[in-house]
Amino acid sequence: MPKKTTFRGVFINGILNENPIFRLVLGVCPTLAATTSATNGLGMGLAATFVLLGSNIVISLLRNLIPDKVRIPAFIVVISTFVTIVQMLIQAFVPALYEALGLFIPLIVVNCIILARAEAFAAKNTVFHSAADGLGMGLGFTAALILIGSIRELIGSGSIFGNAVFGATFEPMLLAVMAPGGFILFGLILGIINSIVNRIGSRKGAQA
Amino acid sequence: MSLRLSTGPHLLHKESTQTLMLDVIIALVPTTAAGIYLFGSKAAWVLAVAVVSAVLCEYLFQKLSKRPVRVMDLSAVVTGLILGLNLPAEAPLWLPAIGSAIAVILVKELFGGIGHNFMNPALLARGILLASWPARMSVYFMPVRVLGSTSVVPAGADAVSAATALIRPQGYEVYDLLMGNIPGTIGEVCKIAILIGFLYMLFVGTIKWHIPVIFVGTVALFTWLIGGDLLKAVLSGGLLFGAVFMATDYVINPMLRIGQVIFAVGCGVLVSVIRMSGSYPEGVTYAILLMNILTPLIDRLTSRRVYGTVKQHA
Amino acid sequence: MEFTLTNFLLFMVNCVLTNNFIFSRYLGCCPFLGVSNKVETAAGMGIAVTFVMGIASLFTYAVYHYILVPLQLNYLITISFILVIAALVQFVEMFMKKSLPALYNALGIYLPLITTNCAVLGVTILNIDNNYNMLWSVLNGIFGALGFLLAIVLMAGARERLESSNIPKAFKGFPISLIIAGLMSVAFLGFAGLGSI
Repeated sequence: MPKKTTFRGVFINGILNENPIFRLVLGVCPTLAATTSATNGLGMGLAATFVLLGSNIVISLLRNLIPDKVRIPAFIVVISTFVTIVQMLIQAFVPALYEALGLFIPLIVVNCIILARAEAFAAKNTVFHSAADGLGMGLGFTAALILIGSIRELIGSGSIFGNAVFGATFEPMLLAVMAPGGFILFGLILGIINSIVNRIGSRKGAQA
Repeated sequence: MSLRLSTGPHLLHKESTQTLMLDVIIALVPTTAAGIYLFGSKAAWVLAVAVVSAVLCEYLFQKLSKRPVRVMDLSAVVTGLILGLNLPAEAPLWLPAIGSAIAVILVKELFGGIGHNFMNPALLARGILLASWPARMSVYFMPVRVLGSTSVVPAGADAVSAATALIRPQGYEVYDLLMGNIPGTIGEVCKIAILIGFLYMLFVGTIKWHIPVIFVGTVALFTWLIGGDLLKAVLSGGLLFGAVFMATDYVINPMLRIGQVIFAVGCGVLVSVIRMSGSYPEGVTYAILLMNILTPLIDRLTSRRVYGTVKQHA
Repeated sequence: MEFTLTNFLLFMVNCVLTNNFIFSRYLGCCPFLGVSNKVETAAGMGIAVTFVMGIASLFTYAVYHYILVPLQLNYLITISFILVIAALVQFVEMFMKKSLPALYNALGIYLPLITTNCAVLGVTILNIDNNYNMLWSVLNGIFGALGFLLAIVLMAGARERLESSNIPKAFKGFPISLIIAGLMSVAFLGFAGLGSI
């Protein structure tokens, strides 16, 4: 088990053990919306990581200054400031991504992951560790989005990151990039990952 | 005494499920035979692949997840057969293969197998196929042969896309609609065969008359209200096949009779509305699916209090 | 868009069925998956959300058009909207506790969860993106929430029924709930094309 007190430990925790999507199952809405292609998944993941990192650092810096009663609104102000920044950055530099993700960029504000990490980690830990957590969680989120996005893009459009993989005779399954496909594929992938984790867990338990 | 908690169909042993399924298969024989006769060997292949894929998937899933293997209860055969009958004869063979896999694994086995699925597998698979490969699922050809004559029309002579005979019901005679001399999926075109199957199932008690009749009746009523040709509307598209073989699935029907009536009326209303103004020309699949997901709520609303319990105040 | 009966009905069909917030737009998934194991709690959550979304649409519309736009602070939309929503939910909760205790007992616990519900912030932003006037904004909020209510109640109905089912261990909980949602949204595809204005 990676130690939770080192940068590396916290960082890896966010990617594997407590992967926000596959283990904590937070942030479901953007997962479904942003995984219509691997590129979109990457874009959303990086945007969220930026916000997560920023807000974790700032909140950790201010953690002793924010009165307990107003901490949630304070967190929200910090988070939404970073979201506004990233929204403007994307709109300016990657307009195609802005079009693709649309509504879900501002909705990063209510992404349960960010508020949950602010509350559970950043408010109680040093800046150093909060940054590690933000980075780890964010990259874990991004990795999950890319995984699901790639699968959906492969099945639904026959490509990965925009590059056609199968030949011209491949008939993509349109449902994969539609809403129902998103739900179903996410559920299937989650179930499969669960069973893999269970199997690893029981094997470790048997060895102990 | 240990009490077993389960959802319908409340069947006690596999022989009962098997008998039930066998009756459904027998009822489907006229339709299957008509479909193969009308559309030729392509249809036979589609049906075969659908059934084999369904059985294989069920077997593999049950084996791999270490559950009792129940392929002998024939439910997979029925699922595969109904799915196959819902496909055009020109479907590439990967379509029924994938469709059956989705139906059996995703909709049935993942939820716990027969009786535990809350949506009809064949129907849902068809809905998924329709949305995923709309072009493949909606191009229908005229049958190769005509019932009642021995002439053979070369395949592909008259391709019609979108919902079968729905788009021009006036273009076909009632006789054609009845005998299946129209474009459509393998199972839905020959209404006579469907009706024979319906009567058989009524006779052996597999289904009751009210769901199919009320379903079709509601559609007839709506057609009459908007001034359309009643008989032709009822005989067009997948309505009869859907009402007789898909809307009557035990697992998705409400428990009480009043619930079943609501179910049937709802199906009829939805089919009419979708036919009149929805994007998909054929509404039967989605109409039944929508009522399907309403069933638990219909049950809740119509169930009577169990004798002896006190109504809880919020 | 002028207010006629036809437009009203079509709009309603569009918001509740054709572009259902959960089944078509992915908005509101967290509570949808979390609070849908019993029909009563699902209905409670749905009604609370309807209430909040309607009021939030009204207030955010006002804030945007009467404060942000005149001061040319449009880019502050995200920050101000989420603050408005958070404050609103606080006030509604306090008000309910004092004046409508029965209602508070029924719905009160859901209210804090609603602050981070993507559907609430989502609809308020959609109102601005679509350029709705105040009436359509509020209607969008209410009908969208009704769609959410429908979805979450249907989901609870299915999950209650599946309580006694033999689902593989790895799929119990979230995975199967997601699949159920997916299968239901396949059914909702049937509404495609209805209610287009």
